[in-house]
Amino acid sequence: MSDSSHVGYLEAEKGLKSWLFTLDHKRIGVMYLFTVFFSLLLGGLFALLLRLELLTPTTLIFSAKQYNQLFTLHGAIMVFLFIIPSIPAALGNFILPLQLGAKDVAFPRLNLASYYIYVFGALFSVFSLFTGAVDTGWTFYTPYSVESSTSVIAMTLGAFIMGFSSILTGVNFIATIHKMRAPGMGWFRLPLMVWALYATAIIQVLATPVIGITLLLLILERILGVGIFDPTLGGDPVLFQHFFWFYSHPAVYIMILPAMGIMSELVTTFCKKNIFGYSAIAYSSIAIAIISFLVWGHHLYVSGQSEYASMIFSILTFLVGIPSGIKVFNWIATMYKGSISLETPFLYFLAFIFLFCIGGFTGIVLGALSLDVHMHDTYFVVAHFHYVMMGGTVIAFLGGLHYWWPKMFGKMYSNKWSKISWFLIFVGFNWVFLTQFVLGASGMPRRYYNYLDQFQPLHAFSTVGTWVLGSGFLIMTIYLLHSLKYGKVASANPWGGITLEWHTKGPTPIHHNFVDTPQVNYGPYDYENVEIPS
Amino acid sequence: MNAQPIELKKHEVAHHFETAEQEFDAAKIGMWAFIAQEVLFFSALFVAYAVMRFLHPDMFINASSMLSWKMGLFNTTVLITSSFTMVMAVQRVQVNKIAQSINYLIATLGLAGVFMVVKYFEYTSKFSHGIFTTKFFVAEGAFETLPIFFGLYFVATGLHGLHIVIGMGLIIWLILRARKGEFHSEYFTPVEMVGLYWHLVDIVWIFLFPLLYLL
Ligand SMILES: [Cu+2]
Repeated sequence: MSDSSHVGYLEAEKGLKSWLFTLDHKRIGVMYLFTVFFSLLLGGLFALLLRLELLTPTTLIFSAKQYNQLFTLHGAIMVFLFIIPSIPAALGNFILPLQLGAKDVAFPRLNLASYYIYVFGALFSVFSLFTGAVDTGWTFYTPYSVESSTSVIAMTLGAFIMGFSSILTGVNFIATIHKMRAPGMGWFRLPLMVWALYATAIIQVLATPVIGITLLLLILERILGVGIFDPTLGGDPVLFQHFFWFYSHPAVYIMILPAMGIMSELVTTFCKKNIFGYSAIAYSSIAIAIISFLVWGHHLYVSGQSEYASMIFSILTFLVGIPSGIKVFNWIATMYKGSISLETPFLYFLAFIFLFCIGGFTGIVLGALSLDVHMHDTYFVVAHFHYVMMGGTVIAFLGGLHYWWPKMFGKMYSNKWSKISWFLIFVGFNWVFLTQFVLGASGMPRRYYNYLDQFQPLHAFSTVGTWVLGSGFLIMTIYLLHSLKYGKVASANPWGGITLEWHTKGPTPIHHNFVDTPQVNYGPYDYENVEIPS
Repeated sequence: MNAQPIELKKHEVAHHFETAEQEFDAAKIGMWAFIAQEVLFFSALFVAYAVMRFLHPDMFINASSMLSWKMGLFNTTVLITSSFTMVMAVQRVQVNKIAQSINYLIATLGLAGVFMVVKYFEYTSKFSHGIFTTKFFVAEGAFETLPIFFGLYFVATGLHGLHIVIGMGLIIWLILRARKGEFHSEYFTPVEMVGLYWHLVDIVWIFLFPLLYLL
């Protein structure tokens, strides 16, 4: 291993500058990873604080305004700073070129630029914290967002800028997947993670510009008073909701599609078995991407949208369940007769199936018109989207993180502590949010600062759950950081995966990833024909 | 003016590509994806236009008659001509006529400048009549019937104008690089990509012009 081409990408160049100006997709992925993980902890801290306030029906620590600011910050940070870039930009950046057998993404400089655009936008959002925070909720609904005296402009400008970062990542990934595949890797030999990232990239490119212009219009509304969203000037505030959800519903799939990609990788590797229904899973990613553009109206059932529009949006919303169901059935069928090993990443796979199913089914419940009129803006909705976003995306992100960690850093984390942390997160999560389904169904509205005494037991129960959940994340942060320095050296393929990223020898070299460009002759999960690389 | 012929520089394919063709194709797909996002970006403005027009049909008819269709038509002609000179710039570089290509780029830049100057006069004439965006609208006797139209007008043409200015910057960048001999029949990716961008900006205007000035 004295050959210089075998120096890993982490050691190949030294010093802060070699990181800040790197064009290497792996290093950019790592920089994203640390930034989004920090955002996760920050957003989580706000969640802990606002749940603490809800321990009692009346004022405990924060004023009503501070409480509004807390849940806005929690939502905006989790959505724009953490979840959206988490899987595509952090894990995807690292893993996509490796899975394609490519030397880098198509546009490395654009890749670095999109990282800095993201950081720049994130700084704007954080800056809004010190200039009065924002109390509109992460949805920034007009007309309140036009009138609110808090620093809406800084926060929305931040989200606007981060949107550009997301678009550029999408553009980059589309070009990469089309043009950078290793010889022999046709579209149906792509790992399913790549299909998922491709579908995600399409949504990023086609939906994000709409939130961009929407937030820009909101900013212009505040500065210039354009009037489009302002009823006193003859505008229509519901138009804002249409624009907002035209992006933000597909954005939910920017979050969940790459998570589903990770699931396909985990289930094959830890069952040592070819995926069941490869093309069904691949096409269902594209189907979800397409349908996602046609369902935004389910957020406007009680906003004065026409009843016929609501009916159509309701039917279209049910349709999303089909491709999602196809995926779940295929993953479970893949496990059948597989040689399953219950490593930590696979535990996250199991947690995902369980939680995503609850999130998905309650989504169908909320998509039903008559029920939604009752449940709208209650804790039922809060619990539903946390099951999808956290139970789905965040759990998958953690699964992917634990799966690719040894590939990224060449170190192993503690097996014991990672399982304890998984257990606390799984139990804590259900503790917090199953409770909120009950709260919502019995009529507790979301975003309320004070509530009726009858809801206190469930609120308090849910709050205690956040402490369990939080301790799981605390333990994870500690053992992951610990492993960077003291972890056992990991082999190049600790899990016995056969997609191309596990074929790199030793630590992945910086410039070309693969010593020889790989030649692909079999499907990505063809355990019968492909020898497991050592 | 081109006393010395431009010395052409060989293009090095970036390390992560196998061939120059792969590099070019990747850039092209990336650019088309970017153009798709631009279309969606402007599409929200067109939707806002449709909704506002539906809510206030009289306002839109009154207000649009206050815009000078002659100036709008003149600018439309200017932009379409500039698209033609851009096409010629791309075509000339492909056959190694670099000096001609540069001249066409300069012509495109000049036409873009003309467009912006006309826009400047249109804006200032509106401002002098007290026509601003909705909240600051002070034109006499017109408040009930006009403001949202002009709010949209300023936002849409303003964002379009911003795209023109960015395009002008890109064209200047092309001219500087072309002078150094970096573009030729073997490598002209940036010229072609900026060309695509320029046509997009042109097409957006071709939709904005009739919607704002004529209908
Ligand atoms: Cu939705």
